[in-house]
Amino acid sequence: MGTVAMPETKTMLTLPGDAVRQILWRFADRFDLQMLVQSARGVARGTVARLVASGERNTHEWTAAKDEMLNAFDRAGITAAFMEPEEGGFIAGPKNLALGLAAFELAWVDGGAATASLAGFLALSPIHERGTPEQMKRYKMLAAPPQPGEDRKPWRGAFALTEPIPYVGVDAGMLSGKLRIAEWKDGEEPILEVDKRGRFITGIAVANFVTAAVYTDDPRIKGSCVVILEETDPGTFDRGTATKKLVHQLSSTGDPVFNLRVPASRIVGGYTVKDGVIVPNFNHSEVIEAVFRRTRVPVGLMTASKLLSAVEPVIRYQRQRYRGAEGAKPGSVRYEQGLQQREDALHRLVDVWATGEAASSLGFAAARLFDELDPLEKQKTAILKERGIAGGRAEMKALKESEQRAIEFLKLKEGDPRRAELEADPLVQFVLKDSEANVLCPATKLWNTGHGANMMREAVSLMGGYGITEDCPGFLANKWMDAQLEATYEGPEAVQRRQLTVTMTSEVFLAQFSAWTAEMRRIASTRPGTGACTLASAMNLWTWSLHYLQNATDPTGGKLYHGQRQGVTFALADALSWLMASRCQILDVLELESRGASDAVAAEGLEGTVQFLSDLCHVQAAAAAGEVSRICAELVFGYTRHPAWDEEEHRSCFLAAELEELEETMPGIMAMAVDVVEIDGSHPQKAGPCAGCVGSSEFLRLQSRLTMCLTGARLAKDRAADTVSKVMIPEALDYPAAGPA
Amino acid sequence: MSNSLHIVVCAGIVPDPLQTLEPLATPTGPGLKNEMVLPAVLDPWAASALYEAAALAAKNPGSKLWLVALGPKAKLQQVMMTVAQKVAFELVPVDGPIGGFPDAHATAAALSSAIESIAGLDHTKLLLFGGWESASRGAGVTLQLIGERLGIVDQFFGVDEISLREDGSFEVLERVEGGKHQVSKCAGTPAVLGWATGNLAEPRNNPQVGMANMRTIMPALQKAQTAKLDANSLSYVSVNLPRQQRETRVEKNMTPDEIAAELVDWLGKDF
Repeated sequence: MGTVAMPETKTMLTLPGDAVRQILWRFADRFDLQMLVQSARGVARGTVARLVASGERNTHEWTAAKDEMLNAFDRAGITAAFMEPEEGGFIAGPKNLALGLAAFELAWVDGGAATASLAGFLALSPIHERGTPEQMKRYKMLAAPPQPGEDRKPWRGAFALTEPIPYVGVDAGMLSGKLRIAEWKDGEEPILEVDKRGRFITGIAVANFVTAAVYTDDPRIKGSCVVILEETDPGTFDRGTATKKLVHQLSSTGDPVFNLRVPASRIVGGYTVKDGVIVPNFNHSEVIEAVFRRTRVPVGLMTASKLLSAVEPVIRYQRQRYRGAEGAKPGSVRYEQGLQQREDALHRLVDVWATGEAASSLGFAAARLFDELDPLEKQKTAILKERGIAGGRAEMKALKESEQRAIEFLKLKEGDPRRAELEADPLVQFVLKDSEANVLCPATKLWNTGHGANMMREAVSLMGGYGITEDCPGFLANKWMDAQLEATYEGPEAVQRRQLTVTMTSEVFLAQFSAWTAEMRRIASTRPGTGACTLASAMNLWTWSLHYLQNATDPTGGKLYHGQRQGVTFALADALSWLMASRCQILDVLELESRGASDAVAAEGLEGTVQFLSDLCHVQAAAAAGEVSRICAELVFGYTRHPAWDEEEHRSCFLAAELEELEETMPGIMAMAVDVVEIDGSHPQKAGPCAGCVGSSEFLRLQSRLTMCLTGARLAKDRAADTVSKVMIPEALDYPAAGPA
Repeated sequence: MSNSLHIVVCAGIVPDPLQTLEPLATPTGPGLKNEMVLPAVLDPWAASALYEAAALAAKNPGSKLWLVALGPKAKLQQVMMTVAQKVAFELVPVDGPIGGFPDAHATAAALSSAIESIAGLDHTKLLLFGGWESASRGAGVTLQLIGERLGIVDQFFGVDEISLREDGSFEVLERVEGGKHQVSKCAGTPAVLGWATGNLAEPRNNPQVGMANMRTIMPALQKAQTAKLDANSLSYVSVNLPRQQRETRVEKNMTPDEIAAELVDWLGKDF
C-alpha cells in the first residue's frame, strides 16, 4: 500500500490555518468577521494579485485597472465593512477589528491595495467620529456600495490633513488650509471659502469628497476645524499631480489644490455662533485625534501581515533551492531539504515568523481594545455631559478622580467586594482601556512598521538574489519597500514615539503595566516555555529604568526624562513597544491552548501548534529582553560622565601599596580589585576607573536576573527551527508571481 | 407560467487543491495526511452544480434551494464562511467523516436520509443536483445511488446546461466523447443532474448574502445529525495519488491560447 505511517510527534502539522487564527485573534465566534476575511482574501489573492503580477504597480497614475480594484472591494463587501447595517453595511457595532482584518488580508498580497481600502475609511472617519447625525447619514450612505436593484456609483473619499511642503519655510504641524467667511446673510447659513493645498493625499484621484483640516483666516471663525468638500462645490477642485511614489502604487496619492465655497454645515461636528463668531464644535485636533488613534492600528497590521505572508514562500524556496541541480538527486537530503539543512536559514526564518506573530498579536489586541473602548467612550461622554462637562480639558479634569479609582481597582485582590463595584463603573473602565489604548495604538504603529520593515528586509534576504526580483513569489521586495511607507504615513515613527513619551508615563498605565508584569510571572509558573518569565524580568528592568531616568540628571544637571530629551524618551518608547508585542503574543497562545480543544479543526494537532507558537513566543521574548536590556543599560549608564584617571576621580581607586596592606587582613582582596593605581601613578589601560551610578547595583541585579532568564531561549529557537524544517506547506502559493511583461 | 422548483444540491468538501496531499494509513482506513487541518473548499464539481442551481432558482420564482453536505461540522462551518457568500441557500449539514474514502453506498444512504428529512420538500418538484465527478476519491456513483434511493429514475450526468420550458419539461446537455453534447429532453421533475462544469462563473463573495444565509446555517450546523458510515464494507488495497496530475501550478496571467498550447504539448509527452 502506497502510504506512510502516521507520525506521532508534537510538531506542528501545517501552517496555522483559519481555525487557529480565529482563536488566536479572538474572532472564532464572529462569522461576520470570518466572512469578511474570506471575502477580502478572495479579492487580495485574485484581483489584487493579478494587478501586481501584471505590473500595475509600475505606474504612478490612476488607471482603469486600479479603479476596477475599488469596484472589487465594493462587490466583496470590503467597502461596506465600515458601515452599519442600516447604512448599507453588514457588521453591527464597532469595526476596528473588522477593518484590521480586512487590511491584514489585503496587505498579505499588496500594501497599496490595503491603503486604497483604508483611504476611504480615513475620509469617513472624521465624520464617523465627530460628524453631526446629518453628516453621518449623508456621507456614509453615499459611500456605501449600491444595494441590489440600485444603480449608482458609491462615493469615494480622501482625507486631507496635509503636511507642509518641504523647503518652503513652513513649520511642521502647521495647517496649510485657510477658512474664511465668503457670505453671511442675515438669518441664513454662512457660506465659507476654503483654501487648501494638500500634499500626499491618498485616494485623491477618485475622491468625490474630501475631509480637509483648515485653520481660520477670519476673525469671525474661531480656531481650526475639519470641513467636508465635494467635487461639485463651486470653485476649484484640482486633484493635482500624482505623487511619484516608489511604493504602494495601487493606491492613488497626489497634491490637490482646493478653492471652494461650501455651506458652514459642512464643518465636521457642526458649529455654534457666539457673539457673531462661528465656533466649530470640534477643532481639527479633536477630530484627528479620534481618527488617527483608530486608523493607525490597521496600518500596523498591514506590516504584520507581510511578515507572516513571507513564511510560506521562503520555506518553499529554501526547500526547493537545489532541485534540478545535478548534485541534488531526488531522495537526497540536498534535494528534499535544500537550504533548510542549514541552521542559519532556519533560525533567521524563525526570527521573521516570531516577529510576524508578535506584530499581529499586538495589532489585533489594539484593534479589539478599540472595539471595547468605542462604546465606553460614548458612555463616558454621555455621563459627563449629564454632569455638564464637555470638551477636552474639562473632561480630562473630571476624569482625574476616575483615574484614582482605576488605580485602586488594579491594586485590589480578586474577590474584594470593592473591586466589583469599581469594575461596574463605566468611567473606571473607560480610563483603564483608554490608557491602554493610548499605548497600544502608537506601539502598534511604531513597532510593527518600523521593526517590521527591518525584518521584512531579513525575509527578502532569505530568498537570495531572487528576493529582489519582480518575480519573487510573494512579492517580497515590494512588501519590504512598502513597509517603509507604512512606517511613515499616518504619523511617522517620531510622532508615535512622542505620543508614547507622554502616555507610557501615565499613572494608570504604569499601574496596569505593573499588574501585567505580575501576570507574566504567574503565567511563567505554569507555562515556562512561553518566555513569560523572560518578559517579566524585562518589564521589571524597563520600569526600574523609567523611574530612575525620571529622577536622574546628566552631569550638567539637565533632566534626563524630558520631552525635549528624545534620546531618552524615544528609546524607552521603543523598548516598551517590544515588551507590549511580546506580551500580546504570549496571551494569544494561551488563548489558543485553552480554547483550541473545543474547535474540532484547531484541535487536530493542537499540541504541536501550541508548542511551536510557544517557542516563537520564547524566541520573541528573548529578543525583546535583549533590546530592553541594551536600551536601558545605555540610558542608565550612558548619561554618567566616565571617570578619568585624574587626581579627583581616581581617589576611589586602590593604591597598590594600600592594597598590599589590606591583603594581610583581607586575604584575596588583591585579586578582586580592578582599579589599582601603582606607586608610579600608572594604571590599567582603559578609559578610567570603572564607572558606577546611583542605584547601579539594583539595575545590575535586575539585568543579571534578566540575563539568566534567557535560559532555554535558544533551545526554543532550535525546536522552532526543527518545526520549520518539517511543517507541511501547500504545493504552490495561492496567488501568482509576476508574469511576462 | 412559472415553475417553482425544489432544488437539492449534494456537495462534499475537499482539501484546497493547492495543498500537498499525501495518502496515509489511519486506524479507520486510508486518509490524507493532516486532512482535517488543511484548508478545505466545496468540491469544485458540486460547486458548479450549486451555482447553476442558484441561477435556475432565481429564474423560477418560488423555487427553493438546499445544500446537503456531509463532513465534519466544524470543517463545514469553515467552508460555509466562503460558500455562504456566493448564493442564497439553506444548509442541511450531516456531521460525518472527512475525506473521499467512505463507501459510496453508506454515503448515499446518509445523504438520501437527510434529503428525506427536509421539511416541506416536494418530491414532484425535486431536482437533485451534484457533481458528476469529485475532487476527492469519488467512486462516481454516489449521486446515482441517492437518486435510486429517492426513487428518481431520470438521471443525467456530465451536465453542462439545463433549459426549463414553461410546461415544466426541460432539455439537458450532457457531455459525450469528442467535446460534444448529447441533448436529452425530459418530461419534468423529479430528476437527478450530475453536473460537469456548467457555464456559469463562480459568483463573487458578498458578505451581505452570507449574513442572510448564516441565520439558518449556524443553527443547522448546531443541530446537525451525525452519520456513522460503515467503515468495514470496503477495504483498500492501495492508495496513491496520480503523480503526474499533481504537478500543480497557478497560472492566472496566461491567455487561453497559451494554456491550450501548453496542455497540447503536455498531452503529447511520454510519461
